[in-house]
Amino acid sequence: MLAQIARRLATALPTLVGVVIVTFLLTRVLPGDTAVYFAGPAATPQAIEEIRVKLGLDKPLPAQFVDYVKNLAAGNLGESLSTGQTVLSDIRVRLPASAELTLSGLLLAIVIAVPLGILAAVRQGSWIDHTCRIVATAGVSLPVFFSGLLLVYVFYYRLDWAPPPLGRLGVFYSAPDTVTGFYLIDSLLARDFETFRAALAQLVLPAVTLAIFALAPITRMTRASMLAALASDFVRTARANGLSSYAVIVTYAFRNAMLPVVTTLGMVLSFLLGANVLVEKVFAWPGIGSYAVDALIKSDYAPVQGFVLVMAILYVTLNFLIDVLYGIIDPRVRIG
Amino acid sequence: MTDTGITPAPAAFHGLIATLKHARYTITENPVSGFAFGMFLLLTACAIIGPSIVPHDPLASDTAVALHPPSLHHLFGTDQIGRDIFSRVIVATRLDMWIAVSSVALVFAMGGIAGIAAGFFGGWIDQVVGRVADTIMAFPLFVLAMGIVAALGNTVTNIIIATAIINFPLYARVARAEANIRRDAGYVQAARLTGNGELRILLTQILPNIMPIMMVQMSLTMGYAILNAAGLSFIGLGVRPPTPEWGIMVAEGAGFIVSGDWWIAFFPGAALMLAVFCFNLLGDCLRDIVDPQRRS
Repeated sequence: MLAQIARRLATALPTLVGVVIVTFLLTRVLPGDTAVYFAGPAATPQAIEEIRVKLGLDKPLPAQFVDYVKNLAAGNLGESLSTGQTVLSDIRVRLPASAELTLSGLLLAIVIAVPLGILAAVRQGSWIDHTCRIVATAGVSLPVFFSGLLLVYVFYYRLDWAPPPLGRLGVFYSAPDTVTGFYLIDSLLARDFETFRAALAQLVLPAVTLAIFALAPITRMTRASMLAALASDFVRTARANGLSSYAVIVTYAFRNAMLPVVTTLGMVLSFLLGANVLVEKVFAWPGIGSYAVDALIKSDYAPVQGFVLVMAILYVTLNFLIDVLYGIIDPRVRIG
Repeated sequence: MTDTGITPAPAAFHGLIATLKHARYTITENPVSGFAFGMFLLLTACAIIGPSIVPHDPLASDTAVALHPPSLHHLFGTDQIGRDIFSRVIVATRLDMWIAVSSVALVFAMGGIAGIAAGFFGGWIDQVVGRVADTIMAFPLFVLAMGIVAALGNTVTNIIIATAIINFPLYARVARAEANIRRDAGYVQAARLTGNGELRILLTQILPNIMPIMMVQMSLTMGYAILNAAGLSFIGLGVRPPTPEWGIMVAEGAGFIVSGDWWIAFFPGAALMLAVFCFNLLGDCLRDIVDPQRRS
């Protein structure tokens, strides 16, 4: 098992190299001349030339790449012009907010989508099946920023059930002491249930928005792979031997049907990490997505590049974990 | 030729008739497909003649009627500076469709050619195309699109390019798989034996045969292309105000949602949703026509 994980890790490395090369290229094709951009509008040619040398832009591209990798290895992602902080510290402060939101959304989607998909497969052709199909098609068609705004209108403006869509905590609350960076967990650790409730109230709408988005692919995949499992010989044998339908569906069919669903999670995460940016913008969520968007609008490029790189590394890591999980669920699978 | 009784031309003609009949069957048999097809015609009409039939100038502001809810005079209401949202939603169709169609056409050419070459020739071309596709897939796609637009510059053209690039792996993989299973098919070997060059076989044998599947792929990714482009313009990339475009219109209306002026963001968002929904259904429907075995 460990050897397999090591092998899979070895295949993840070329991907990471590719990611670093692409982000490097993205930094070097900035609109116009990077040195002119950093020098500002009123710079003299000498000043621009000085900055060019200072940034190492006068060197050949491979040498620049080596510098870039050295900087990355030292954890230097550059500085944000708009916040005045290093990009790495900005991202570190904001990453837990994004992670809390994305994971809640994913968890919520799985909790709803997997049972829905199983029910749709077991009762094929029933109203549950039709609901499932409508959810699947509508879910992928719904722009995530639009569904977020609809939820805000209905649950904040109309029903007044939700707090205003302005970040992780209302203005009357202070953030719990940082342990994990997840407000829900930190406030529980601090036994501050009032803050917990406030943080949860803020989290519900954005998490539901993300979950609606992720529902469709998970439901569709669960239904399809459950149908395939239910039609297989071992399920027929289990039925013929008189096992209860619960045992057949949960123990026999479901455990086998889970594999393709876990594989789809990789794709779902790709969508979710992207959708996260839009949801953060709608709900003024102080995560790395809204950080990158704000920087992008101000033509502050270092944060955007840091953001793209961090997201890609995160995504490669998550995919790696999914593959390992796959190997644990199904011992037949050779990962790597 | 006379002893077979059938000349090639009528055979092709009958084939076409059969395909059309099957297409009509698929569209009419399922009301959902019919609806999708109708929506598609409506969208196309809006994109072509929309700007000349709208009741108001999409850019003309009139503060006297600012923030009016939907009424008979302004079907979808007016925004904060009194522009007619109905006219803006209709006019925006052309730009949104243009972005989606051109990015899909671009990736169809790029991914199609790369994938066919990879699948047909194998070897180092296959390696390179596979590596490039893997590297693109290593990014969360929307995030990569943001990075590309940030790097290339904040214009509509770059949104089209970014959308094409993030769809590249999908097209390259489908084209590769389809070309790969056909590289030694009977008709390809026959063409080879009669002395055709590899490139000629690629163009006259492989390409026409994988075209239908690539077309389905196009229509399936069209909805995603629209969503992606609208998402980028929602966060302020590419399209600039006051240009009417669905994504940016939703962004402009977002601030008014909390004060209850729902119509500014709702109608462009609904148009966007309908367009994506329509293309997703149409893709499924087209797949049924082209490939009846894979019916869902």
